[in-house]
Amino acid sequence: MKLVIPSIHYLAILPVLIFFGATLALVLASALARGKVPLVVATSTVIAAAAASIAVNFWQWRCVAKAGASVTIAHAIVLDDFSVVASGVIALSVIMTALVAHDWAIRERVSGVEFHILALASSAGALLMTQANDLIVIFLGLEILSIGLYVLAAFDRHRTTSLEAALKYFLLGGFASAIFIYGAALVYGATGSTNLTTISYFLGSNVLLHPGLLYAGGALLLVGFAFKIAAVPFHLWSPDVYEGAPTPVTGLMASIVKVGAFAALIRVLISALGTQLDTWRPILWILIVLTTVVGASLAVVQRNVKRMLAYSSINHAGFILLGVWAGTIRGTAATLFYVITYAPIVVATFAIVTLIGGVGDEHHSIERYQGLARRQPWLGGAMAVLLLSQLGVPLTTGFYAKFAVLASVIDAGAGALALIALISAAIAAFFYLRWAMALYSDDGLEDARIVVPRPTAVVIGFGVVVTLVFGIWPGPLVTLAQHATVLFTP
Amino acid sequence: MHSSWWLTFLILVPFAGALAVALVRKVEGRAYIVAIATSAVEFVLSLVVACLYNDHIAKAQTFDFATRHVLAAPFGLAYDVSIDGISLLMVVLTALTVLLALFGARDRRQEPAFVAWMLLLTCFTMGSFLSHDLLEFFVFFELTLVPCYFIIFQWGGRERAKAALKFFIYTFTGSAFLFVGILYLGFMHQHQNPSSVLTFSYSALSGTAMSQGTAVWLFIAFAIAFAVKAPIWPLHTWSPITYAEAPTAGSIELSALLAKLGTYGLLRFAVGLFPLALVSMRPVFLTLAVIGILYGSMLACTTPDLKRFIAYSSLAQMGFITLGVMSGSTIATVGAVLLMFNHGVITIGFFLIIGFIEKRRGSILIKDFQGLQGPAPIMAALFTVVMLASIGLPGLSGFVSEYLILIGTFATHTWWAVVATTGVLASALYLLWAYQRVFHGRAEGANAEIADATTSEKWVLVPVVVLIIVLGVFPKPVLDRITPSVQQLITHVAPAGLNK
Repeated sequence: MKLVIPSIHYLAILPVLIFFGATLALVLASALARGKVPLVVATSTVIAAAAASIAVNFWQWRCVAKAGASVTIAHAIVLDDFSVVASGVIALSVIMTALVAHDWAIRERVSGVEFHILALASSAGALLMTQANDLIVIFLGLEILSIGLYVLAAFDRHRTTSLEAALKYFLLGGFASAIFIYGAALVYGATGSTNLTTISYFLGSNVLLHPGLLYAGGALLLVGFAFKIAAVPFHLWSPDVYEGAPTPVTGLMASIVKVGAFAALIRVLISALGTQLDTWRPILWILIVLTTVVGASLAVVQRNVKRMLAYSSINHAGFILLGVWAGTIRGTAATLFYVITYAPIVVATFAIVTLIGGVGDEHHSIERYQGLARRQPWLGGAMAVLLLSQLGVPLTTGFYAKFAVLASVIDAGAGALALIALISAAIAAFFYLRWAMALYSDDGLEDARIVVPRPTAVVIGFGVVVTLVFGIWPGPLVTLAQHATVLFTP
Repeated sequence: MHSSWWLTFLILVPFAGALAVALVRKVEGRAYIVAIATSAVEFVLSLVVACLYNDHIAKAQTFDFATRHVLAAPFGLAYDVSIDGISLLMVVLTALTVLLALFGARDRRQEPAFVAWMLLLTCFTMGSFLSHDLLEFFVFFELTLVPCYFIIFQWGGRERAKAALKFFIYTFTGSAFLFVGILYLGFMHQHQNPSSVLTFSYSALSGTAMSQGTAVWLFIAFAIAFAVKAPIWPLHTWSPITYAEAPTAGSIELSALLAKLGTYGLLRFAVGLFPLALVSMRPVFLTLAVIGILYGSMLACTTPDLKRFIAYSSLAQMGFITLGVMSGSTIATVGAVLLMFNHGVITIGFFLIIGFIEKRRGSILIKDFQGLQGPAPIMAALFTVVMLASIGLPGLSGFVSEYLILIGTFATHTWWAVVATTGVLASALYLLWAYQRVFHGRAEGANAEIADATTSEKWVLVPVVVLIIVLGVFPKPVLDRITPSVQQLITHVAPAGLNK
């Protein structure tokens, strides 16, 4: 028997290769170099790799515009505008996180390049997920993404909370992966393939007399995804992990995991199981209601800002799911638009949280923010803008993101769902505003002036500028998201 | 058609003013001067627009100064402004309110952030009244929350944090319904015209065909948002604490101006877009209005402090406006629009005077005062004029509008009008009683030392008094501008909605 190597379109997997290449380079460098690899070198490598990946994304975009979407490596990897845009967002988040982590590492006296290696490897997994056209490849991406993050969560090994977070994340994440792969197996049993295109084709041209196996498989896949995006009731790990993990890691987690997992979720639910829309929609309906309402309600009672942001991100996950629920081109574009706008905001928010956390990364009670905007108007103002944007106030991207997903849901005929989600946003307003209030209140810690290192300042500034500029002028981003989905949804 | 630039300037001038304030914030006192100058320019602009509008109505077109530019096509987001007689009055009120509120807030002239927020609030409120597009209206409507929130929270009274939060959450929740309603309507319109792009233009959406059931649901969704904002009983519970805790200028903006966004929205969008819903919704909202009048009057009698007192009396006045808006009679609706303006002016007067008293005594509790008219006769006189206008004394502005509302409603919905009339009596009761407690009697202790109105305080109140008297005696120019627009709206609504 002859082993046939499938043809490989290298351009399609170039971003992933760049990330893996950079990872390996750093590993080798740290092993071979005499003494330690300087932090600057590690950070620059990460940024260079991510920037190169973004440059390749432009190239891919032109290629897709010329030749259309394509699949490669035995139909397991897809190159379309959707994956290109999603990869771009991931790479951008990685650059932002690397800058924040650089300052964090200096402050915490973390030497060594392990942080950067793991961040790069995880991001490669996220990139792979955006391009996966096969359940197995999605699983691969998910595992690569997660394993790096398990270790990153434990990175602050002096703090027990960090270790606890990592263990919790690892155990529950392991469960989620197992459930996911079991689901993939059942879907394979029902349809005879793990390839998304083949599954879609099979389900489109055959009627399943006994769809139980498919339903069970689909449900397990959904549970696996729900774990990763922290949808209620599979969210229990997220507050503890967000709280325990070093803050830059939390920012990375909140951005790239969301982008990767949602990209893959859309491919599974809409590309592969699009014919089963009427089956998975009600499940998603319940999931969305729980996720938005529980996420917002539990955030209200938190005093620790990282836990608060964890619940806030659960609430956001519910909103992003709205676009998936719609199951239309508009919905897919809205989902993509949401993650594009959400990622920079959340990384910038965690950048500020990293700064306020102070040495030891421990000061995360909301009291630490009291009077921040009075002492340091720029930093406090930036935080206020980021919070208002997450809240969804007009003239910020947060508003248009919510607008886009709600529009797609109402277009698909579910006014009630949109209303429930919006009311959860009103509940969420409570804690965003309480935080904003703390920023502007009088009784602050007078002496605690926060030093903002330049790289972190750049990240925060970038997040604020993005949310304001595209909040006033959302046209280009919307067009981008729409373009990206045209070649995607069947 | 006049150039739409006038309206664009109305939105841009306060925004530019806010930016200018930010630029000169370092120079002592400069920010306040810039803000006053900006709002003066804004006021003059609004008067120019009002004058230009006049020679236009002869041509019997309702909307003027119109323009439309699509900003983000996939979202249906557009910049679309125009005015008719109803919004014109609100535009003038907006410009007037900020000018007087800033004059009244002279003690905050060292705080650039405060005046910048005030100007931004003006910009957003102006935008809401000028919008001819539902989504654009919603964006401005939501944006007004942000400056309000910061004004209340940073410069409010002791319980300001609670008040600001309550205000924001209430309004934000109400807006959720409005937002879903607007999107639903937009998509319904798009699905009916498959070739068209998504649009939220008022003129396009007002032609959307819908069943009565849909109309009722959408009406309710819209009305909830506006009822919170107005406030209409029973969604008013945020307003007493918010009015009481907000700084004077904030209370003025909230009650004189932002409350009108609620009633204006109710008239323009809820009533104007869903005539089919009126058959069943009219009795409901008329009843709520009447309850609001009686309930507000009753609580105004019992409330311990002056700002809450105005909040409850405003609730009663909002009841009157709602009554007029929902009555389906042209006369009553004209009266309601006029009352929106008059109530705005009267409330500015009330809150300014209360602010002056609060500055002197550091209290707004009614029981702390007695016999103020001895040491402060001019202040008492000014308060009397404003109070009598609010009661509806003939010859003062409040009378004209309440009278129009009541006779109009009497013609279409007799019993509601009859019950509402007792509200007029009640207003005399609670206002005079409050006046007695605060201004009559023997002044002792701190009350005897209270200083009378200073020159600048008198001058701030002059425009209020002038408007109260002029609009009481000669409201014709204003009515001439409102009536054709209201007529148009009622004709559009009436065939389906009037159940008489």
